[in-house]
Amino acid sequence: MFYREAGDFSTTYSQDSQTFPIKFDRYRYYVVLAVAFLVVPFFINDYWANAVFVPFLIYAIAAIGLNILTGYCGQVSLGTGGFMAVGAYACYKLMTGFPDVSIVIHVLLSGGITAAVVTLFGLPSLRIKGFYLAVATLAAQFFLVWLFNKVSWFYNYSASGQISAPERSVFGVIVTGPNTEAWAKYLICLVFVTFCAIVARNLTRGSVGRKWMAIRDMDIAAEIIGVNPMAAKLTAFMVSGFFVGIAGALFFAVYLGAAEANDSFGIDKSFLVLFMVIIGGLGSIFGSFAGAAFMVLLPVLLKNVLVGGLGWPTDLAAHLQFIISGSLIIIFLIMEPHGLAQLWRLAKEKLRLWPFPH
Amino acid sequence: MNDMSGGNYVTSDGRQIGDTLMEMKNITLRFGGVVAIKDISFDIHEGEIRAIIGPNGAGKSSMLNVISGFYHPQEGEVWFRGSKRPAMKPYQVAEQGIARTFQNIALFNGMSVLDNVMTGRLTHMKTGLFAQSFWKGKAEREEVENREVVEKIIDFLEIQAIRKTPVGRLPYGLKKRVELARALAAEPKLLLLDEPMAGMNVEEKEDMSRFILDVNDEFGTTIALIEHDMGVVMDLSDRVVVMDYGRKIGDGTPDEVRNNQEVIDAYLGVSHD
Repeated sequence: MFYREAGDFSTTYSQDSQTFPIKFDRYRYYVVLAVAFLVVPFFINDYWANAVFVPFLIYAIAAIGLNILTGYCGQVSLGTGGFMAVGAYACYKLMTGFPDVSIVIHVLLSGGITAAVVTLFGLPSLRIKGFYLAVATLAAQFFLVWLFNKVSWFYNYSASGQISAPERSVFGVIVTGPNTEAWAKYLICLVFVTFCAIVARNLTRGSVGRKWMAIRDMDIAAEIIGVNPMAAKLTAFMVSGFFVGIAGALFFAVYLGAAEANDSFGIDKSFLVLFMVIIGGLGSIFGSFAGAAFMVLLPVLLKNVLVGGLGWPTDLAAHLQFIISGSLIIIFLIMEPHGLAQLWRLAKEKLRLWPFPH
Repeated sequence: MNDMSGGNYVTSDGRQIGDTLMEMKNITLRFGGVVAIKDISFDIHEGEIRAIIGPNGAGKSSMLNVISGFYHPQEGEVWFRGSKRPAMKPYQVAEQGIARTFQNIALFNGMSVLDNVMTGRLTHMKTGLFAQSFWKGKAEREEVENREVVEKIIDFLEIQAIRKTPVGRLPYGLKKRVELARALAAEPKLLLLDEPMAGMNVEEKEDMSRFILDVNDEFGTTIALIEHDMGVVMDLSDRVVVMDYGRKIGDGTPDEVRNNQEVIDAYLGVSHD
């Protein structure tokens, strides 16, 4: 009824390998893009931007980055927080060092610097797998946070040890610093999310993505069909680092405005992004968005219901919120271990036949 | 009688066999104190179907692993297409044009049949990361060109209907066929099949035998296979190497091997009195 592929034929191979081979999906994607770019900016206010949209978009970029590494290439990483910190501090150093260069270029460069650092920390993956690799990346997390706290060059010798984003603008619109309008924050993040999602999707549907997935599913067979495991793993670390670095730079420059390595990019960030990827669905770009939305929206929703709706005291609600979201995650993972993306896939398969099940 | 030790020959069904494609010279492979392969030499000619047989633990799979670069023999030389092969990683061996299937299926379970077969083309796809990020120009062209090759192989092996199915959902016989498709997609010079018919029923074995003969016939692919079903081996192969306890005990046409006393002893046992 709503979701049909009947009569929707691909006549060329490029049509068949596009991102949304089914017409309905494609139009829905255009509608979502149009609403996100043309409608939401006119209605967004500070609360919605700061509590929902901006963190959702930034975490979506980080989740895409981690999903490429963990979901597509099968290399577990617990260093996402530390890698985001690399992006943030790189962006800070670039912003203060080269004030005349556009912030967009700085964010992209931060992604590049993070990619280099993450590739370096990806080297152990050539020798170790699974839990052991997770521990190695955990070491990266603690080392990086320690480094950014200890070496004062990274925070320009400021007395507080914090980094704070100076005011920068794109096409005359202020996008960082305390005077930023809500819609400007939202739009710059949206542009980067769209860019990252398209690049990630293109990479994962082509031969690079197949190399990653081959390594994930069976590394011995991958090697026998001609995948160089070292190159494949390191490119996964590199691309992942690029996205995570962009997320870190935006998180610091646009969302937080001021940051301190331990508070903003601690181990809890690594776990948060990992939960997003697992709940959203490993090996799915849509899953990265779904997971980010789930983890960002759930606390906001619970707070609104408990404090706003039921009128409970804020501290009680804050604690209950942990309990409820924790148990929801557990229940959810038991019911659908492959995440929201899998639920979405199942729903689509059902809809294909609905309302006639045979 | 044709000279089978070197040079060309004509098979009993009239196919012309070419020059030596691969030659194993005095291969010895040890794992610590265990000698898996002891001083074995044999050759594989262009266009032939070469079988390696032997009882369990004879070292057949180890031999295949030496060819595909998993194991590096302590002694001996591997010659491929007229030159001595240095110690290589498996992915470098793949780039040279050697593809293989595994005894216990080694497909990528998280990917669709199409993607699995497309991974077989990876040695032919060279566009860089940057070009692929934007899916324009060369990246898209390359994808379509390789897709065309893959679709031909999918047609050839009659797996069109399951093209978009995740591999994990397929039954055993089809998985074996998809694995063959993946190996064929690389357009290999030499195709190694490790027990392609293990665990199949008679009909599936007949299908698979048909495909192996067709591959050899249509693409001219040289095939080396390990198989335990003697009927299949004797019918399919042009020449057979027989191994037992890491040694070579026989080499020749199926008829010669069948009548070799040492081979009969190895398979049926011999009384020690």
